[in-house]
Amino acid sequence: MAAEGKTIDALSQFELVPVLGPIGRAVGFSQSNAHMLLAVGLITLLFVYGMRHRAIIPGRLQSAAEMLYEFVEGVVVGQVGHEGRRYFPFVFALFMFVLFGNMLGLLPYAFTYTSHIAVTFGLAILVFLVTTVVALALHGRKFFGYFFPEGAPLWLAPIIIPVEVVSYISRPVSLSIRLFANMVAGHVMLKVFATFIVLIGSLGAVGIFGAALPLAVNVALIGFEILVAFLQAYVFAILTSIYLHDAVHLH
Amino acid sequence: MENRDGFDDRLRQARTRQGLDPKPRTGDEGGLPTGPWGIGFRAGVEVVSALVVGAALGFGLDRWLGTFPWLFLVFFFVGGAAGVLNLYRLFKPRPEAGP
Repeated sequence: MAAEGKTIDALSQFELVPVLGPIGRAVGFSQSNAHMLLAVGLITLLFVYGMRHRAIIPGRLQSAAEMLYEFVEGVVVGQVGHEGRRYFPFVFALFMFVLFGNMLGLLPYAFTYTSHIAVTFGLAILVFLVTTVVALALHGRKFFGYFFPEGAPLWLAPIIIPVEVVSYISRPVSLSIRLFANMVAGHVMLKVFATFIVLIGSLGAVGIFGAALPLAVNVALIGFEILVAFLQAYVFAILTSIYLHDAVHLH
Repeated sequence: MENRDGFDDRLRQARTRQGLDPKPRTGDEGGLPTGPWGIGFRAGVEVVSALVVGAALGFGLDRWLGTFPWLFLVFFFVGGAAGVLNLYRLFKPRPEAGP
């Protein structure tokens, strides 16, 4: 796919292809959906199978499960405070889904479902709706005071309120664009340098040595991408926590 | 008077040693990563997304009310202002998580 016809084709990796034969084609079940199901299955497996011993001295899988749990719990409690524990399952589910999506996408032949803005924007809209509903449920009509700070002169209201509303609506957009852009940029770079390896390598004996250069770049990029994959899941979780903090404390 | 022989201090130290008191917040735990590239990218995304939302909102209202360029222009600037507001929120020191 990469070097067919000696051109750099870095974007076809994001195309959706129906899987599971005619049934998948009929219901539009793409490889993206398959990878989502795979991620959910792996997460469930990690936590059900990993925690089955409930050992005091944890094994490898139990350690991994406990570390992820405690990591996200630290984020949620650190940002929202102790009453934020109620929203921990929500943030944890989001974090694990995004983390596994990013990490699975780095495996060969795998598809990164977080590289589609439809997926990330769907997740961000979910965060937006949950935080808004939480704020409305906790504060009722006082929630609308969020859009007009107390003590501001009343004649500024026509300016402040639209700006605050647009700023509030821009949250899911920035949340989804950040994750999607990071994943797309990383995968495009990987694909471009991988194509360089093939193109330069086809030049013969000289090409083999020349191809070592983009190969080295790709090795470094993969390490960087693993960092980005984790970091973006972390950023997604922490921004969700910050929005929940604003919804709970409302200032 | 009540702290004649440093009893309170010793009690606090003992409690901290046993992990009975919650650890004091260091403030940056669970903070966002603060690399120059990370901050720069975040700032750019915040401004652009606010601008996009403002422009889209204005365009949508114009389509609905049939007042084409005017609301679009107004909300374009509103979106820019919201982007600057987002930036201000990004760099403003965050207040501590409430009790």
